Amino acid sequence: MLLKGKTIVITGASRGIGLACATIFAEHGSDLILLARDQDRLKDLSSQLVDKYGIKASWFKVDVTSVDQIQAVFKELRSQKLSLDAIVNNAGIMIDATLQMTTPDIVSRIYQTNVFGSIYTTQAAVKLMLRKRKGSIVNISSIIGTNGNSGQSIYGSSKSAIIGFTKSLSKELASLNIRVNAIAPGFIDTDMTSGMDAKFYDKNLASIAMKRIGKPEDVAKVVLFLVSDLSEYVTGQTIGVDGGMII
Amino acid sequence: MNNQDKLIGAFSNALMVDKNMIVDDLKYQSIPEWDSISHMILITEIEDVFDVSIKTDDVIDMSSVSKAKEILTKYGTEF
Repeated sequence: MLLKGKTIVITGASRGIGLACATIFAEHGSDLILLARDQDRLKDLSSQLVDKYGIKASWFKVDVTSVDQIQAVFKELRSQKLSLDAIVNNAGIMIDATLQMTTPDIVSRIYQTNVFGSIYTTQAAVKLMLRKRKGSIVNISSIIGTNGNSGQSIYGSSKSAIIGFTKSLSKELASLNIRVNAIAPGFIDTDMTSGMDAKFYDKNLASIAMKRIGKPEDVAKVVLFLVSDLSEYVTGQTIGVDGGMII
Repeated sequence: MNNQDKLIGAFSNALMVDKNMIVDDLKYQSIPEWDSISHMILITEIEDVFDVSIKTDDVIDMSSVSKAKEILTKYGTEF
């Protein structure tokens, strides 16, 4: 069990990659703090993981675009004298539009969730990692952040921002033994991709060398590596999990 | 232990310096031990010791020991 004795926060924990991370972390013995907007899903997930794996799991209904809500959660965790071992900044949204069809509202919503949400959550989480002078921060970026894609300049740039944040923060926190890494998933079978137009779905699938869509578990296994002590000398990296996708 | 002693203890633990170095006019970056990294640790230590959550503006503002007292007073701590 790679994560026995650890406590890990996951944002966007109620579905997709966040849900897969929660499951695999619980399987490996980690206690969990699950954050998402969907209270009902969080409640069910938390109960299931506690029952099945015997871990401790708490959940908080949080919108990561709200600094007040983030601070309230971490204030509560601090009051429990909790030390944090890792955080997975997974909460994110994707809205596709060509630049000329992009409204200020779309720009704001994407950046508030994907970039500012990760920044403010990490800022609060680091304080709880300082107790142990050790920790792992994993930021979920995207192949669109590393490679770009037509019709996704705002989403792509938000995910590139996450990579920049990862690289700089990794240098800032290295002396405190807090590692910061990013993962750039490719085409993964989640709610984000399930509603996609069939033509685009097929086009994406055709661009994958491994000839299959990725599963959330494929990404979660790499996140597991990064939050575990197996990666204790890895920081400032962006790891692609994309089945050899060319975009 | 009174709040003054608690504050001196927090600074001493976070900056890893002797308690006798912690005086009111000790300033951020005036000694090598108080840099941006140890400042993060200091804030966490103060939050733990005084059971407060310090807002980011106040984290930035906490530029000396005396300023720390002023800020903590805002959060209901008496010196």
